[in-house]
Amino acid sequence: MDAVQDRVIRIIAEQALLDPADVTPQSTLEELGIDSLGLVESIFAIEEAFDISIPFNANDPSASNFDISSVGSITAAIEDLVAQKTA
Amino acid sequence: MKRVVITGAGTINALAHDVKGTFEAFREGRSGITDLVIRDRDRLGIQIGGQVHDWDPETRFNRQQIALYDKFTQFTLLAAREAVAQSGLNFDGRLGYEAGVVLGTAAGGVNTWDENYRTVYEEGKNRVHPFVVPKLMNNAAASHLSVEFNLKGPAFTVATACASSNHAMGQAFHMIRSGMTQVMLTGGSESMLCFGGIKAWEGLRVMSRDACRPFSLNRNGMVQGEGAAVFVFEEYEHARQRGAEILAEVSGFAMTSDASDIVMPNKQGAARAISGALRDARLNGEEVGYINAHGTGTAANDKTECAAVADVFGHHADSLMISSTKSMHGHLIGGTGAVELLACIMALRDGVIAPTIGYEEPDPECALDVVPNTARDAKVDVVLSNAFAFGGLNAVLALRKV
Repeated sequence: MDAVQDRVIRIIAEQALLDPADVTPQSTLEELGIDSLGLVESIFAIEEAFDISIPFNANDPSASNFDISSVGSITAAIEDLVAQKTA
Repeated sequence: MKRVVITGAGTINALAHDVKGTFEAFREGRSGITDLVIRDRDRLGIQIGGQVHDWDPETRFNRQQIALYDKFTQFTLLAAREAVAQSGLNFDGRLGYEAGVVLGTAAGGVNTWDENYRTVYEEGKNRVHPFVVPKLMNNAAASHLSVEFNLKGPAFTVATACASSNHAMGQAFHMIRSGMTQVMLTGGSESMLCFGGIKAWEGLRVMSRDACRPFSLNRNGMVQGEGAAVFVFEEYEHARQRGAEILAEVSGFAMTSDASDIVMPNKQGAARAISGALRDARLNGEEVGYINAHGTGTAANDKTECAAVADVFGHHADSLMISSTKSMHGHLIGGTGAVELLACIMALRDGVIAPTIGYEEPDPECALDVVPNTARDAKVDVVLSNAFAFGGLNAVLALRKV
């Protein structure tokens, strides 16, 4: 579980030009300075890293069933998707 | 300054292969968006588009021509033949030296890139057809129009993403207005509905999987289209003296750059382009009866565009009509402004306002009269056509009845 979180944090930290130590599960993308383009790029990087497909539409992030409210919620959603893949 | 009028129009798009059929579809509020018929469709996340169906180039062009004409060039030639035929002009003599062509396309011969990348990367071949370069180049369509109609004046192609056609038509307008040329063929074309073309757009995650619903609260993105529209722009006295039928007058044009974000739209940049076109045409905002919106059906564009219109027009924003025909023909990217100019001509000539179809729920952030779902009879004398491109490049045309 922590492995997924560490990898997500590394990806998001790289996008935000921050040290991974400065990104916590409680961090929101807004706090980290990630805009809509940065979010789309982060999602692409996460999909590539975990070989999953994330149902995210930039027109309506809330309708995508992929909770982007914090790094922790993103991690949880990715853990679900990774679990579905191996199931 | 010379006056500039439109004396010919032609098109091929998802709704029809000519202007008459396109107007019928606009009146009926018919969608041309369907399941895509393309190679490797099953590997695409987005499987719909405003595709041109029943298109057989072999009935229109010979084998040697097809070897040189990418689909975006084929579409352009077909639209131009219709426009020139309507204008009744012949460029074989002196007029050819005083006539030119400016076209818009965002990406030119995408199908040719796509097919030949397959050849060398997927099939591992080390040889491609000798005409790949002249076929895919962005100016191919402009050059072939110049050749086919003997247009020997200024000829070039403008690439400003989704504003390409409006920028192109603005250039054609300026050239005639300044006295540089008598007649210009202008408009634009796009043909990106191939595997690579759609895959590239999927990456941005702004595409809808089911429908284009501009201004509707439940909109979920844009739908790509393909096709072309070409117009004959002509100096007013030249048209009048030969007794040509005048479809509309092009009375103003403005372009601005947001100078801010590479993809997010900007209200100030859009508003400056709209008010600039009004100023250029010496119009009061109250005279505008209809705006053909950029109206992509994305969350970001539609609310920004409505806010820009509200800023420019004040109270009059609630009285004018604004619709997005992308809901019917899809987003033709660099060709879109040209096809959308047809809706402006229909409004001025026939008094019919093309609707925004697929409209299901009002959005408080788009609280304008978007002519939902059903075409409307209305007499309008002045119309605008908006185009706001990726890269923050905005281009707005003003047309009036003659």
